[in-house]
Order: sequence, then structure tokens, then C-alpha cells
Amino acid sequence: MSDTAASDDGEAAVDAEEVRHVADLARVRLADEEVDEFAAQFGDILEYFAALDEVPETEREEELVNVMRPDEVREGLSQEEALANAEETEDGFFVGPKVS
Amino acid sequence: MAADINAFVTEATIEGDGDGPLAGTTVAVKDNISTEGIRTTCGSEMLADYVPPYSATVVDRLTEAGATVVGKTNMDEFGMGTTTETSAFGPTRNPVDTDRVPGGSSGGSAAAVAAGEADVALGSDTGGSVRCPAAFCGVVGIKPTYGLVSRYGLIAYANSLEQIGPIAGTVEEAAAALDVIAGDDPNDGTTRDLREVEGADPDASYAAAADGDVAGLTVGVPTELFEGADERVVETVEAAIDDLEAQGAETTEISLPSVEHAVQAYYVIAMAEASSNLARFDGVRYGHRSDADGNWNESFAETREEGFGAEVKRRILLGTYALSAGYHDKYYEKAQDARAWVRRDFEDAFDDVDVIASPTMPVLPFELGESLDDPLRMYLADANTTPVNLANLPAVSVPAGEADGLPVGLQLVGPKFGEETIVRAASAVEER
Repeated sequence: MSDTAASDDGEAAVDAEEVRHVADLARVRLADEEVDEFAAQFGDILEYFAALDEVPETEREEELVNVMRPDEVREGLSQEEALANAEETEDGFFVGPKVS
Repeated sequence: MAADINAFVTEATIEGDGDGPLAGTTVAVKDNISTEGIRTTCGSEMLADYVPPYSATVVDRLTEAGATVVGKTNMDEFGMGTTTETSAFGPTRNPVDTDRVPGGSSGGSAAAVAAGEADVALGSDTGGSVRCPAAFCGVVGIKPTYGLVSRYGLIAYANSLEQIGPIAGTVEEAAAALDVIAGDDPNDGTTRDLREVEGADPDASYAAAADGDVAGLTVGVPTELFEGADERVVETVEAAIDDLEAQGAETTEISLPSVEHAVQAYYVIAMAEASSNLARFDGVRYGHRSDADGNWNESFAETREEGFGAEVKRRILLGTYALSAGYHDKYYEKAQDARAWVRRDFEDAFDDVDVIASPTMPVLPFELGESLDDPLRMYLADANTTPVNLANLPAVSVPAGEADGLPVGLQLVGPKFGEETIVRAASAVEER
């Protein structure tokens, strides 16, 4: 990612190339008009988010605990139910696009 | 009427069982809450044909309590919006004024109740999505404490923030629905068993708490949540707070300095979680799938281009950006600091007060189309609701009155698992 996106004063400017790069990372294809529109909006939104710089470092007292349950075999979806919403299936499998 | 306001995506019935506490009650369910055999679209083209093979825990609990589900309500796509205009199935209109939005993202649920098409509705509240449409449509909406209500079967947008909550015409009806859906669930490890929560009453009846008795209750009024709000909203809410005082409550001004950063922190965290949650929509196991040729990544990207609307793409991309190398510390880590700060601010405030009162929304209901091209303006409208989700607290929006013929909501926030207190205070507001 280019290092021009966020300068030290918190100003965020996003160009079309950067929007395309993020869209690529997120696996979302965008039309050219969308890229331009998002570039303009992301500048405003990220500039607004930059106000988070003023937030003091805060101690986080999360009370996090692992929640476990016994690993018991239970009734799940049938194969038919699991496949019911897929566009393409074959011999009880999901059919995906080719990998390369 | 139904066609006029577009409250439902799908009208379908699930009959309740016999004569439980909600027998004879009709319930509308937001379309991101799974219903076995009834399509559940999340307001998205992506899930336009998705039929869940199981029901959410909350749906099972409602029907076991005798309620009859009457349909799946319209919503902002994947819960992302403040107006219910981003649905792939068209906008919902506000029954109070059909040129205006019902609020979002549970706009269909609030509109269904306000229009008399259901007695009660379920919404989901990630940054205010139950309280906002309740305020805009002049009904009651409760956002429960995080962990009180099971999210099993809720199609996730931002797991650490969202709770399912009831919307109804009165505080007592909403509280009665909460009584039915609340409680721990082995299928959701984030739910809490109230027997293990200090200070909570596992046998509490929220509906019984709607007794209007606010004598001796201390109401905190945070200056920050009134600043910048529409004057008409402020006047209406202040009048409602004055009425609580007249009924024996004590009011005191408080300060919550952290809330100035809540909207930014909320959006960074919600978008980051959304970018991860929505990665599952690849068109292979469920959901829309593009016909385009190409390899896995190209097909995946094309499927998502076709299936997601603009606001969803915007949030996935911004979330991906905020989590990407070089920006994680600047946005995501800072947002987590802000979240911890907001949480502590509220905790400190609840050392001195029982509930915190403010406008639910700082604005009157938008006109349709007004905020669509300006996402930042829409995000700013969530200033008063998002702090509550960051702090995992319970809150209710109750009608405070009208300004220029439009509903204004009063928000009452309580400490963790303090649902009885906010229900009691809200029922007193109703008695004005």
C-alpha cells in the first residue's frame, strides 16, 4: 500500500489506485464509477476517523474467558440440508469455481 | 397499507404453540434473523433466495411462548444503515409520514409495529438499529445488555456489538417479549447465565417492572449527548425529563467526555468485523453466485460485486483498510482504546446515577433520499446510540412526544443487566 495515504497530520487522502488495491484484498470487484465515488468518500470518512488520534491510550480490562462445552456428537444438518442453498452441487459436494 | 410502506420482505406465518404468555400476539421478525423454511434475505441481493435450514433461538422462544410470526421485515442491507433505504427490496416508508424514512436498520420492524401490522417486532441493534427506528416511528425499542439475548441464528454483521431486541407499541409489551427471548443459550457462548451475574435477578420479570414508579430514581443527563442536536428534539426530550422529575425522579447533570469519539470508534470496529464476517459470502455454499468465468478469486470478486449494494461494499472496503498493514494501529487499536474509555466513563457515571437520559436520535426523521449520497452525514446521526453498544449496556428508546408532527425518542441507558430499571423509567415517560 502506498505510504502517501495518511500523512502525519492525520489528513487522509485516498486515490483510485488505493481503493482498487483494498477492493482486491477484500475480493470485491468495483466498477470504475464506484472506484471514483469511493475514493472521494473515503477521504472524508478517514479524515473523520483520524480524530481517534486524540484518544488517550486506555487500559483495557476485558474480562475474557473461554467458553467451552463438552465435545459431544450431536445431530447436525443433513447433507441434503447443507447443500440446499448452493447454486451448484455434484455427487453430494459443493462445486466451486476453478482455483487457477 | 403493507404495500404502501414496504415493511415486509416476505409475508409468511409460523404458528405459535398453544397458550403461552404471548398467545394471540403477532410478531414480525427482522430479515437477518433465521427462520426455518422461510427465506431470510438480510435485505440483500446476495441472500435473495436463501432459505435457512434452522430457526434462530429467539424465533423458537417466541413461538414456544405462543406468538405467531407474521413475516420478515425489511432492513438496511446486512444491517448497515440508519434509514432502511439500502435494502435490495426498496426502502421502507415511515407510517407517521410516508415521505420520510422509518430509521434503520430495523426500519421494517418499527414500521410494521407503528402501522399496526404486528403487535411486536424483533430488530437487531449494532449501533442503534433498534432504538433509531423506534424513535423515528414513535414506538418503543429495547437494546438488551450484550449477552442477555442469544444471537444464534442472527446473520452476523459485527458480533462484538450486536444484540437482538424487541420493538412494540408500549414499554410493557416490549418488555414482555424481552422476558421470552432473554436467557442463556448453549448455542451462543456469549450469552450469560443470570444466576452467575452479580447483582442480576434471574427471576426478574421485565414486564412487571413497567410500573411507572420512578420515585427516588436518579437520572443522569449528559451534556455531550444534547450538544449539536436539533433544537426541537432537545426541547421535546427535556420536557420528558422534566416530567420524570415531576413524578419523583431526581435529575443531575453528568459528563461523558469519551462519547465524542464513539461514532468513529463504532464505525471502525463495526466495519472491521463486517469485513471479516462477510467474507463467507463467496457464492459457493449459499447466496448469489456470478455466472462469470474466471478463477476462484475472480469469480469470488464478481459474485460480491453483483450481490452487495454500495453501503455494504463501502463498509467491507473501509474495514479491510482499517485492518490492513500500516493502518491497524492508527484506526483499529485506537478504536479499541476509545471503546475501553467509553466503557469506563459509563461505569463511573453509574456510580452516581441509576439511568442516563438523552435524545435517542439528534435529528428528526430524514426525508427519503436525503442522506443517501452523504454516508458521513448518516454516520453522524448515530452519535447518541453507538456509545451504548461500545459499552455493551442496555438502553430503551421511548416516545418523548412530537416536534413538527414527527416522533421524538428519549433514550434511557442503564448499567449492565439493568433492564428492569430502564423499563421502569421508560414506563413513567409513557404515563405523561
